[in-house]
Amino acid sequence: MADPADLPLKVRLFLRTYPWRRIDPVPWAPLRRPLAEAKIAIISSAGLVPPDQEPFDNDVRGGDWSYREVPDTIDVSTLVDAHRSWTYDHGGVRADPNLAFPLDRLRELGVVRNHRHFSFMGSITAPGRLSKQSAPEVAEKLVADGVDAVLLVPI
Amino acid sequence: MCNQAVSLIAAEIEKRGIATTCIVLLRDVAVKVRPPRALFVPFPLGYPLGAPHDAELQRRVVTAALALLEEKGPGPLLVDYA
Repeated sequence: MADPADLPLKVRLFLRTYPWRRIDPVPWAPLRRPLAEAKIAIISSAGLVPPDQEPFDNDVRGGDWSYREVPDTIDVSTLVDAHRSWTYDHGGVRADPNLAFPLDRLRELGVVRNHRHFSFMGSITAPGRLSKQSAPEVAEKLVADGVDAVLLVPI
Repeated sequence: MCNQAVSLIAAEIEKRGIATTCIVLLRDVAVKVRPPRALFVPFPLGYPLGAPHDAELQRRVVTAALALLEEKGPGPLLVDYA
C-alpha cells in the first residue's frame, strides 16, 4: 500500500510540512438519477495525453495546471504518460493506462459515459490557478454536457 | 499532490451540482483536504486501480468508487476499500 514510511525522506518531509489546502465548506451534490442511468465522465490527474495533443509542460513553476480533453472514443492504450513526478513508479501506467484512466473498465461495466473526459497533471504544488481557472472551466464544460457524476483518479 | 489536485477539482465540480467520487492513495491527505466522496485504496503510489492489465481488480475498484455516489451526504465521506 501507499505507506508514507516507504517514501523517500525528501518526499516524507514535504508531505509533513506542505500546507495542504482544506476544502471548507465541503460541497455536496446528491446524484440526480439512479447510478445505472447516470452519465459519467472520468477525470484523471495522471498526466495522460492523447497522442495528437501537446504534453504537459514540466517547466511551469508550481505545476502545469492546464488540462486535456480525452474523447470517449479514444484507444486507451495510446494515451501518453506526461506526468513530471518522480515520487511513483511510472511502469504500471505506461504498461496499462487504464490503471489511472479506467475508460475500458467503464465500457465493460456498461456505464453511460459522457462524449469526453478530462486529464490533468496532478503534480501541482501551487494549486491557485487550478482551483480558480482550469478546474472551474472543466466543471462548466461538464455542466454543459449534462454530466451526472464524475470519477476522479489520482496517481 | 495528485490526491490534492483531484480533490480540489472535485470541489469545483460538486459546487456546480454534479456528484463526484475520488479515488485516493494517501489517506492522510484526504483527511486534510476533504474531497466530498473518497475511496481510500491500499495500493502503492502510481497504482490507483491496483495492478496493470488486471481488469477484474480494476473493475472492482471502479465499482466501489462509483457506489459512493449513492451515499447520503453531507460530506466529507471517506471510505476504505475492502
